[in-house]
Amino acid sequence: MSVVGLIFSNIHDSSIPELTSKRTMASVPYGCRYRLIDFPLSNMVNSGITKIGVIAHNNYQSLLDHIGTGKDWDLARRSGGIKILPPFISAYAGGSSSKLYTTRLEALYGVMSFISRCNEEYVVLSDCDGICNIDLSKIVDEHAKRQADVTIVTRKITEDETDNNDGIVVSFDDKDVVTDVSTYVAGTFGVEVSTNIVVINRLFLLSALRDAGAHGETHFYHDLIAKRLRRAKIFRHLCEEQYIQIASLESYFSSSMKLLESNVRDKFFNVENRPIFTKLRNSAPTIYASGSSVKNSCIADGCLIEGTVENCIIFRGVKVGRGTVVKNSVLLQDTFIGNNVSLNCVITDKNAVICDGRVLSGHSTMPFFIPKGTMV
Amino acid sequence: MFRNKECVAMLLAGGQGSRLYALTEKTAKPAVSFGGKYRIIDFPLSNCINSGIDTVGVLTQYQPLVLNEYIGNGLPWDLDRAHGGVKILPPYQGKDGADWYKGTANAIYQNMAFIKMYNPEYVIILSGDHIYKMDYSKMIDYHKKMNADCTIAVIDVTLEEAKRFGIMSTDENSKIFKFAEKPQNPDSTKASMGIYVFNTECLFKYLTMDAEDPNSSNDFGKNIIPQMLSAGEKLYAYPFVGYWKDVGTIDSLWEANMDLLGENPELSLGDEDWRIFARHGAQPPQYIGKDAVIENSSLTAGCEIYGTVKNCVLGAGVKVLEGATVCDSVIMDNAVIGEGSEVMYSIIDSDSVIGKSCKIGAPIKSAKGIAVIGEDICVPDGTVVQDGAMISKASDLDKEGK
Repeated sequence: MSVVGLIFSNIHDSSIPELTSKRTMASVPYGCRYRLIDFPLSNMVNSGITKIGVIAHNNYQSLLDHIGTGKDWDLARRSGGIKILPPFISAYAGGSSSKLYTTRLEALYGVMSFISRCNEEYVVLSDCDGICNIDLSKIVDEHAKRQADVTIVTRKITEDETDNNDGIVVSFDDKDVVTDVSTYVAGTFGVEVSTNIVVINRLFLLSALRDAGAHGETHFYHDLIAKRLRRAKIFRHLCEEQYIQIASLESYFSSSMKLLESNVRDKFFNVENRPIFTKLRNSAPTIYASGSSVKNSCIADGCLIEGTVENCIIFRGVKVGRGTVVKNSVLLQDTFIGNNVSLNCVITDKNAVICDGRVLSGHSTMPFFIPKGTMV
Repeated sequence: MFRNKECVAMLLAGGQGSRLYALTEKTAKPAVSFGGKYRIIDFPLSNCINSGIDTVGVLTQYQPLVLNEYIGNGLPWDLDRAHGGVKILPPYQGKDGADWYKGTANAIYQNMAFIKMYNPEYVIILSGDHIYKMDYSKMIDYHKKMNADCTIAVIDVTLEEAKRFGIMSTDENSKIFKFAEKPQNPDSTKASMGIYVFNTECLFKYLTMDAEDPNSSNDFGKNIIPQMLSAGEKLYAYPFVGYWKDVGTIDSLWEANMDLLGENPELSLGDEDWRIFARHGAQPPQYIGKDAVIENSSLTAGCEIYGTVKNCVLGAGVKVLEGATVCDSVIMDNAVIGEGSEVMYSIIDSDSVIGKSCKIGAPIKSAKGIAVIGEDICVPDGTVVQDGAMISKASDLDKEGK
């Protein structure tokens, strides 16, 4: 099996502008010590994919910082490994490549030279808005066995899903052959939408991209896929694993809180042979001081907990002061919380500082967000 | 072509650490876990990289598998280098036969060719037995300033403790005029920390002389240093102030772990300017359950706590299940404390599983000593392990246990 991975790092930035104003969707922190890109990256690495291109668009400093040489995912390689593919903008105004891409299809045009230089048989595309731990090699095997051109990995929309901005509904027949792709209408349940994890034959992708370009197509699903439903063999594969999509600040909050359920944690983090890798920070262990009280919380290394913490997700390097009570909150990296503070349903971005005695509260349906580096 | 290295570090990591008993049954002492997510050797290795020394030879001999695997290519310490970096140096077979490392000096003597590859001006000799944070570059600067042939790092100890160390007597300029190994009546309190900076040429000269002496025990403290002193070489003592602990015994290892806890811990590992690096796997965050109680403890990635943890240092992936209580103990990576079990004043090595309703050790105030459970031991439900017991393998449980 020879597969190259392609990850779109910016595609869903508009979903949670609060967290992506200064970073890509790919580098949004999640689950105490991870960034969203760790999930597609680890899934690829665990499936034996060792050549991965990460398509960047804007704001990708934090992404570069997180990926580094790729050694934390064992992707620092002489041949293959990880490559960040920044946008290619011509120096001459007015040229066809003088503006940034706006759609998935245009993003793929931009990296056509990368795709054509590969010699792998298959390409796996993935976004960064889904949290899952899945074995992609099984999906690629199935794709190869069916001699498919495209396999779209789908998931079922269940009733507890409240927001799904721009999902693509995938319709299919009894042989899993895709018959239609359409835009999701909010409030419909039971349908299957694309996870945007897509397996494509590399040569098919290249010729489809050239053809799509010649015909002025702009949308990956509505044009490139829809217009080839009859000509090409396009299948769907239902993802049966735990899959959480982050589509808004509210769903970021609720999906973070899901990690307090042990079966969810197990399905993401304790799968045999499929660990989720992340950039190692070499934090010291977390210290729980005398007088601290921690219940039902996930906590990263490098923290100092002196107060009371309940139902929280706490990232690396957070300090919670004495007499402070933090409940139902997500505290990102290096948040500093002074003494005698009370927080409930709050999301603090990186390096936020909450001074002594502050009382802040949101609601689980509308968490109170404190931007990066803000002092309250 | 690469630049010569100014200083090459040689890290003696072949010791068995026999006074750690069960903990060094399968691993060399430098690979023994410390502080939850570290191993003893992380301290000298991190000190090296933080001091600008990027070439480290690690001399291994006793049970090297875990140590070799742990050091690997040196990536966690930024010691994976195109030229230099960390290299494992095991004993080898030469033209005239094969030899184990007969002593600390002999180990370096057998690897003189390694040092020559980098053509350094100075060689610093380190050991993998101590927990400390030290800037070796300051010591090398001192060595240069004193125009010394050899500089030995010393730490002030009490007169009582001095009997356990190599003791340096120095003049007012810190020049050493007398060295006594574990003296009964010490006339100084400057104890050798086992850290030596040598001028390379001088080191090679004395190592070669020492190797030719059949009566020598090929040891730095016993042979090389006294030889150099009697030949009138310039030896200086470099005073070190700060936390330094030999973790060669069960008690001192436990104490050093406890030094990480408390209001103002004696040893802090969260120092951003002097980070201690370690190799660790992809463990998920810690999870603290609804009924858990944690007090004055240090926890790291992968821990899952449903019971009570007080005054403890827990390693990665440790699980304390419902109703279990762990007090005043050091629990190493991936150990599991079963439901309703009580662990007091103990050290439990990695991968061991304590069953349900066991009782390990006794309260710290009344215990005879620390109870130790070795690596990868399965302790059946309801087992009682006495305070001070040493369980190296499962069969010890029948003898010492119930």
